[in-house]
Amino acid sequence: MTDKIKEFPGTALRESDFTDQKVLFTEWTPKAQYAWDAGVAIGRFLAELKAGRIIGTRCYHCRRTVVPPRIVCEWCFRPMDEWVYLQDEGTVNTFSITYVHWDMVRVKEPIIPAVIEIAGASKGMGIMHLLGEVDPEDVKIGMRVKAVWKPEAERTGAITDIKYFKPVA
Amino acid sequence: MSLRKVAVVGAGMTRFVRRAQETGKELAFEAAKMALDSCELTLDDVDGVALGTAPEAFDGVHMKGEYLSDGAGAWRKPVMRCYVGGGTGVFTPIQGWYHVASGLFDVCLVVCEEKMSSCQPHPQGAFLTIFDHTTERPLKPNLLWIFALEMNRYMHRHGLQKKDIARVSVKNKRNAADHPCALLGDPNITVEDVLNSEVLAWPVQRLDVSPVTDGAVALVLAGENVAKRITDDPVWIKGVGWSLDTAYWTNRDLYYPKYVEYAARMAYEMAGIREPRKEIHIVEPYDPFDYKELHHLEGLLLADKGDAPRLTAEGVTARTGSMPVCPSGGLLGVGNPIAAAGLMKVAEIFWQLRGEAGKRQVPGRPITGLAQAWGDLMQVGTVVILGIGG
Amino acid sequence: MSLLERVNKNTEIRHWRGEIPIHSRYTCGVAGEKFFREIKDNARLLGAHCPACQYTYVPPTLFCERCFARLEDWVEVGSEGVVESFTVLHISLDGTPLDEPDVLALIQLDGADSVLVHRLGDVSVDELRIGMRVKAVFEPRRKRKGSILDIRHFAPLES
Repeated sequence: MTDKIKEFPGTALRESDFTDQKVLFTEWTPKAQYAWDAGVAIGRFLAELKAGRIIGTRCYHCRRTVVPPRIVCEWCFRPMDEWVYLQDEGTVNTFSITYVHWDMVRVKEPIIPAVIEIAGASKGMGIMHLLGEVDPEDVKIGMRVKAVWKPEAERTGAITDIKYFKPVA
Repeated sequence: MSLRKVAVVGAGMTRFVRRAQETGKELAFEAAKMALDSCELTLDDVDGVALGTAPEAFDGVHMKGEYLSDGAGAWRKPVMRCYVGGGTGVFTPIQGWYHVASGLFDVCLVVCEEKMSSCQPHPQGAFLTIFDHTTERPLKPNLLWIFALEMNRYMHRHGLQKKDIARVSVKNKRNAADHPCALLGDPNITVEDVLNSEVLAWPVQRLDVSPVTDGAVALVLAGENVAKRITDDPVWIKGVGWSLDTAYWTNRDLYYPKYVEYAARMAYEMAGIREPRKEIHIVEPYDPFDYKELHHLEGLLLADKGDAPRLTAEGVTARTGSMPVCPSGGLLGVGNPIAAAGLMKVAEIFWQLRGEAGKRQVPGRPITGLAQAWGDLMQVGTVVILGIGG
Repeated sequence: MSLLERVNKNTEIRHWRGEIPIHSRYTCGVAGEKFFREIKDNARLLGAHCPACQYTYVPPTLFCERCFARLEDWVEVGSEGVVESFTVLHISLDGTPLDEPDVLALIQLDGADSVLVHRLGDVSVDELRIGMRVKAVFEPRRKRKGSILDIRHFAPLES
């Protein structure tokens, strides 16, 4: 059928059609402000971050220690059996070298997000965070990194209480 | 399980453009009207509507399903709206399928629409909400991060280089030059162009990514006896599958999409397909990024893990190859209006199997085709298998 | 650990504040573009008529939702009509009291089958009646932007 139709519908506009007011339009900015409850598991996770520690939870049935912690094991649907303190070190599972913000504005110094498998948790259990104090060229999957914390007085109970992870010498 | 056979009997779509003048309703109408006209049905013939569209944030309209409903032919009709991220385009026809397969509806209109251009300054702002608000968003992430992290992992596990992947972008954008609705068709693009394009979030470069797009697509589904009265060329839905993985994406190894495999197995079983590599003649996997086509081909069990790049390099997945992949031009070439993109792929299989794909027509007499979509936090796989005859 | 682990102080459960940064820009659409341009340029109101359903849509639409026909018959509907319903607002969107009550109404323009939402003005609250006839009061040409607010309000015809 696509070969029978001569002209498909849809009118393409250019950005200049808006800035030059060739088309009529209206604008709106909703006030979408939220206060999300952290919940039992993440509430504790944040409190431990404030104290300078990373915590996970363990399911005996699946023999799995996970991070970020959750109160129910999503594999077997049983409540988790215990809280487990983890190390603040880990291994880089994957990373990216980023040159743009979300609004596509360019940045000068690249940002390095990574998934870091946290030591003490089961294999493959990672969290997303940033890498720092490292040359982008030296970042490798599998490298060992350690958390660089904010000083205690500046920690508020947030994922940003860890500034970034840096390579272990 | 006695389910009624269901066929696709008509399809329609709008051009995929960067910013459309049409409102979301008007886009949906154009696609739905074309689909009904293509099989000479009227609104009175439609018993129910399956509507797929992404969250309100893109179009900026609350209760978007209700808003779009008149344009989707749903005035005073039973409507069901669904959304699973990019997987929606293949999920909505599945929803339409069980409307008809259940025997409750004879004719179901399936409509998918997206108007992303309303979201300013860039639709990525709406995508930010995909990240966990407490443990991830404070790090000021960017949607590109997730793809870059997955792409890097995939490349690392299989020892791939950028050029192995860039070939997909070249193939699809060139294929799209033959699609009348395409936004980014380019008959002359080369691997060098892709490798020289701006690095956004290494390893992702600009020409590895599909664009922000507005568009709508619609299909008409009909139950067995009804379908045979409407058209001499029904294209049967042979199998469907869908599967959702955990949202804890940092707890999974991203190099392989297990959820696509589970969805594919469900569809293959329903379709009675035992050797997919022999029995599937055309594949339209979801390709918002070039590496995703390879990732998904492996998840669909159509290529060994890590081997999809070789198939591309050897021309197996070209339109004239033995397993054409994305003959439409895919999202990379035609465009990516989130919910509508997957349905474009189902429509492509429909047109291909009927021999109506014009310049994009795959040679030979393909009998069975597969369309797959993916979405959310590297989470959902949705698969539809279409076939002619029988 | 039990599923509902007891938390003794609600300050132990934290919450995270944030917002979703969205700004929307809406085109008027193919039909809307014509409707609002006509208001802007000529202070005239148009409707789209479906001959099969005998229904006139104001604001006009590209298609008839009842039968899915593409609408090509555009008609001028007058700027006068009848109040089908109204409401008197005493608080604004954020909950603060309004200095003067605001009146919103559903107005069926002469020649239209659908109703338009707009403000009523130049009228006191005691005079409001369903069924009263009203007329559009347009902004002067130089102030019109191609917006529904180019109609300042609808005012009663009797007074």
